[in-house]
Amino acid sequence: MTALTASTRAEVLRLRRWPALWTLGGVWLLLNITFGYVFPYLSYRNGGGFANEGADPRQLLADVMPESVPVAVVQGMPMFGGAILFALGALTAGSGYGWGTWKTAFTQGPGRSAVLGGTLAALGGVVVAVVLGTFAIDLGIAASLASVEGQGIALPAAGDVARGLGGGVLILALWTAAGLAVGTLTRNPALAVALGLVWTLAVENLLRAVSSLLDWLGPVTDVLPGTAAGSIASAVGGNPVSEGGSPGVVDNLGGGAAVTVALCYLAVLVVVTGVLARRDVA
Amino acid sequence: MAVRTEGLTKRYGEQVAVDSVSLTVRKGEVYGFLGPNGAGKTTTLRMILGLIRPSGGSATVLGRPAGGAGVNRQVGALVEGPGFYPYLSGRDNLRVLARYRGIGDGDVGRVLARVGLAERASDAFKAYSLGMKQRLGVAAALLGDPGLLVLDEPTNGLDPAGVGDMRRLLTELAAAGHTVLLSSHMLSEVQETCDRVGVINRGRLVVEATVGELRGSGGLRVRADPLSTALDVSRRLAGDDVTVNDGALLLRVDPGRAAEVTRALVAADVDVHEMRPVERSLEEVFFEMTADEEAAR
Ligand SMILES: Nc1ncnc2c1ncn2[C@@H]1O[C@H](COP(=O)(O)OP(=O)(O)OP(=O)(O)O)[C@@H](O)[C@H]1O
Ligand SMILES: [Mg+2]
Repeated sequence: MTALTASTRAEVLRLRRWPALWTLGGVWLLLNITFGYVFPYLSYRNGGGFANEGADPRQLLADVMPESVPVAVVQGMPMFGGAILFALGALTAGSGYGWGTWKTAFTQGPGRSAVLGGTLAALGGVVVAVVLGTFAIDLGIAASLASVEGQGIALPAAGDVARGLGGGVLILALWTAAGLAVGTLTRNPALAVALGLVWTLAVENLLRAVSSLLDWLGPVTDVLPGTAAGSIASAVGGNPVSEGGSPGVVDNLGGGAAVTVALCYLAVLVVVTGVLARRDVA
Repeated sequence: MAVRTEGLTKRYGEQVAVDSVSLTVRKGEVYGFLGPNGAGKTTTLRMILGLIRPSGGSATVLGRPAGGAGVNRQVGALVEGPGFYPYLSGRDNLRVLARYRGIGDGDVGRVLARVGLAERASDAFKAYSLGMKQRLGVAAALLGDPGLLVLDEPTNGLDPAGVGDMRRLLTELAAAGHTVLLSSHMLSEVQETCDRVGVINRGRLVVEATVGELRGSGGLRVRADPLSTALDVSRRLAGDDVTVNDGALLLRVDPGRAAEVTRALVAADVDVHEMRPVERSLEEVFFEMTADEEAAR
């Protein structure tokens, strides 16, 4: 068995039994269901006048039907899902320094890169599980609503499903890697989570707002991680926030450019984490 | 050679935590690494395990550079307190480590029983007492039966029974051919179990020797009256190596010369109340040595 598989198996076990992971996953699902299904459906039943003043009831119904599941899975990810998975990455990396578990892991045999590789693989598994789980639950809800409303169950096209799942995995992987890097940098889970929340929920939105006033800021805000994540969501079919879509969904970048930027971030963040993880461990 | 360091140095800014330490731990021996608080024991052990990078010098473990990939698989370590996932049970914590080591779960039960934690193995680590946490740390070091154990003050927080268990464990490990590198500031704790000791103070390795060599041959403790005459006689026999302590004389001579010393004292009309061979404890040796260091400063 290689050091990498050994580390991956170890990290999977400790993550799987971690209440914080299940709490964060539960919060994500709750947000996804509430904003993706409960509110839109209630507005629809309310004739489009609830929360979404003046929304087209037919559009509201279409949004909660099975065909829209890929969008429903992804639209909350650039901001809320991102913040939650950032927190997961930050806690995974940061708390190990306080607990002394990195010290313990680094003295078991596998080198630091193998241990980090194991963490990345295990978290990658978590990201894929979150996306697939969200997809399955959303599909179940959408199918139930379709039968309640007497609509035929039209499944989303295979291409849409693939784009939705792939886009979702890329968005969440990007934010998880960012959390891991910041958690490794600060070695302090609380500080890392706070920085992540401020960045994902506030700073990026403010910068994008300001960039509409300052021309020179535009090229910078276009390549922020949140912009890339939001552009992936709109490429999958999400409605940009400027047109009444979910917060965080933007259309600054086309799909291809957004994916490229996200992949670059992912690569840089992994390398940075790898370098940071080589520092002295007390 | 199980562990060899050459000129190992660690600086934190101006502060030199470990200053050019060259020590050797031979295969199969129990090596005591002694020093007061802040001497640099933990820092040295961290470098040996590859947790921190030396500022200078080098360390080899089992013939390979310290901290290299795979080296620590042959090493069981407990450094400066146990580090475990608080939400996992003791058993699950060890299962995680067994996976890191690429061994099965089979050994987990054995090491839990070995440290007396089998009954509480299902409790969450965060619910353990200080001593139980320390025991789990020792259990983790034993996982996979590594040939070299690096234990940093393993008796920290253990009750007297736990300290006794620890001593027995070390004896058994040594008998089974394991190499143990053990740090401590409780000198009484290592003098029975260790083959050799290294004494570190203010980052410098002061001495490296067997326990016997360190203690020297001991001496004689004499209570006699009148003291001044007794001192003169003793000086004639033992040279300058005579000290007065609590109204008693301490002669640094072979305890086998007790009869000769008594005869000389009696011949000088001195009343001898007590004549007793004494062994120096490592404690005394240690304090003498660290005091010399202070004086040299
Ligand atoms: N990360 C660090 N940053 C700065 N100084 C440090 C660091 N780690 C250790 N030191 C300093 O190095 C010196 C040696 O510390 P070390 O922990 O090795 O001592 P020790 O012999 O293990 O002591 P103790 O018996 O108290 O455990 C101390 O003066 C300590 O303050
Ligand atoms: Mg120490």
